[in-house]
Amino acid sequence: MSVALFIPCYLDQFYPDVAIATLELLERLGVDVVYPDGQTCCGQPMANTGCTADCAPVARRFVELFSPYDSIVCPSGSCTAMVRHHYDEYFADDDPKFNHVKSRTFELCEFLHDELQIKELDVQFPHKVSIHQSCHGLRELRLGSCSENMTVREDKVRNVLNLVHGIQWCSPTRTDECCGFGGTFAVNEADVSAAMGRDRVADHVASGSSVLASADMSCLMHLQGIIRRESAPIEVMHVAQILAGRNPKHVGNA
Amino acid sequence: MKSLPIVDHPTKARPFVADTERFHWHDQALWFVRSKRDKQAGSVPEWEHLRSLASQIKTETIANLGDYLVEFERNATALGATVHWAADAAEHNEIVLKILRDHETLRIVKSKSMLTEECGLNHFLEDNGIEVVDTDLGERIVQLRKETPSHIVLPAIHIRKEEVGDTFHEHLGTDEGASDPQYLTEAARQHLRDKFLAGEVGITGVNFAIAETGGLVVCTNEGNADLGVSLPRVHIACMGIEKLVPRFQDLSVFIRLLARSATGQPITTYTSHFHGPRDPNSELHIVLVDNGRSRLRNSNEFREALHCIRCGACMNTCPVYRRSGGHSYSATVPGPIGSVLSPTRDSSRYKSLPYACSLCGSCSDVCPVKIPLHHQLLAWRKELVGENLLPYSKRISMKAASILFRSPRLFSMAGWMGRKSLKILPHWATHNRLNTWTIARELPEPPRESFRHWYAENRKR
Repeated sequence: MSVALFIPCYLDQFYPDVAIATLELLERLGVDVVYPDGQTCCGQPMANTGCTADCAPVARRFVELFSPYDSIVCPSGSCTAMVRHHYDEYFADDDPKFNHVKSRTFELCEFLHDELQIKELDVQFPHKVSIHQSCHGLRELRLGSCSENMTVREDKVRNVLNLVHGIQWCSPTRTDECCGFGGTFAVNEADVSAAMGRDRVADHVASGSSVLASADMSCLMHLQGIIRRESAPIEVMHVAQILAGRNPKHVGNA
Repeated sequence: MKSLPIVDHPTKARPFVADTERFHWHDQALWFVRSKRDKQAGSVPEWEHLRSLASQIKTETIANLGDYLVEFERNATALGATVHWAADAAEHNEIVLKILRDHETLRIVKSKSMLTEECGLNHFLEDNGIEVVDTDLGERIVQLRKETPSHIVLPAIHIRKEEVGDTFHEHLGTDEGASDPQYLTEAARQHLRDKFLAGEVGITGVNFAIAETGGLVVCTNEGNADLGVSLPRVHIACMGIEKLVPRFQDLSVFIRLLARSATGQPITTYTSHFHGPRDPNSELHIVLVDNGRSRLRNSNEFREALHCIRCGACMNTCPVYRRSGGHSYSATVPGPIGSVLSPTRDSSRYKSLPYACSLCGSCSDVCPVKIPLHHQLLAWRKELVGENLLPYSKRISMKAASILFRSPRLFSMAGWMGRKSLKILPHWATHNRLNTWTIARELPEPPRESFRHWYAENRKR
């Protein structure tokens, strides 16, 4: 099985270690993984602003580039949801390349959980960890149960992280409240977005956690910006970094 | 009609969210209601099934709305009610005024109705010399303060008890500085009792109207609708045409969903059924109002918004609403459903509302009738771009992004420049008021190299 790594634009440029961790993790699990040359972005910023005409060529480029692979894996729930649920309007219903990409693009935890069905990991992470569930992972990809729905679903992010030895779980009081990033929302509605982010950080800090983990780096980029501005006693890590055996930077906090 | 000013949600939200103490208190009050709702929803094993059923009933009702309305009119008339049809708000208000004039009425008591709010009935009647008393406690509070409701179920949720104390001191003569809820409620009760006794006509909204029977249902927690229509001889019930359900048995689905979603109660304290006037000396007038609903019904994109039963659950769950307050939407119905409905009335005026949303999707999952709210807000954004209503600066930045993302070389170069400038420029040059991101946040620390560069160096095949 050939697996293509889809690394979202902002991860590529600003969080390369998340991408490296994803790659190393998949390689260690024996996956034949490649990073297709020439990839950029899924088009979500344009689509979420309503600029579908600007998104269309980017979406078509994406499908062209990734359709030769058996599976596409992405360490971001939001970008995966874009491909799976919001690409339809740019392609014909019976476009075989599109249908292949749509059905074979996976978020990283989802891929480990459902496709690889990993049962063990030789990784230690003896730290206090709280999960920030990303809205798109939760309510678009259904990676876990959300508090509004009375449907019980397996929490794939937590299940995968539970394979790591030594994690001490901390839980924020609002288990799945939005962090306030929302792509261009963070810029359009700067005041409300920042208020949401500060509340989110405060909830995680109050839980006693020292590492705020998420499967979506976009939420973490926004929360990290607030943490650094406010000098909050917590740091962010992408789930891929924990799974690949990275240590938190400020070990003293743990 | 003169054109109204454009609503700029971020600007309207700023004073509310800047008052940290107030927005936290507002957020927590609404979160408390949502938590109650979660417990109630969780106590019904078939909750998700009920939601699907409700959605299906509504879909079918809206598809055959004309037939059901005619059936309703026939059955309501047979019960002795008088049915009026209003194409818009102005017609609705004229119909109500005419009924009042026919009965030489100068005082009315009114229970909560978002429809009359939508039609601006209070102001219209007051301009015509009629005293209007809102009998819902929250509505009375905002009425005394000359404000509008900030929430469709909890109209005074933005006001603290101390502020209610000040308002009551001014208007009802309660003790200065009194803020004990029990004391204030008792004062309101005494005050409203006099108003109920003096009321000559009672006006109510309608939660559900039943085509099969011609009856209607009004749900309140204070019993004010019952009291308001029990003393006067004339009851005017005002309803949007989407309030219809086909059969009596359909109520069992909606009544179970409504109160649980709205306030986290298993059922509203009063669920009152009105089937025709109460006796031969009384009159029941039902005003059926379109006011844009037929237009919405014709829209393939937004038709499901007509499913709304006005429970307010989407507002209680919305992280933006909780922190920006209902008035920031400048609309009768605020929050997620309001942001879908308002642009259907005036897309230019309300163009900022579909963007007052982080697309978290909580509203869609909490909605008891399964309106895909966050997807409709996304659909609105496309619509607004299609109508050329997106500001030029945003249009152009998305165009630029599109060009960038179509060229890997250009993208890499822009990324390199971004990382380089973050590295060499002093903090003040990248973190200032011109960069909205950095008003509250630090920018990411730039890494040495991009992943694509790292990959080319380390995984050359």
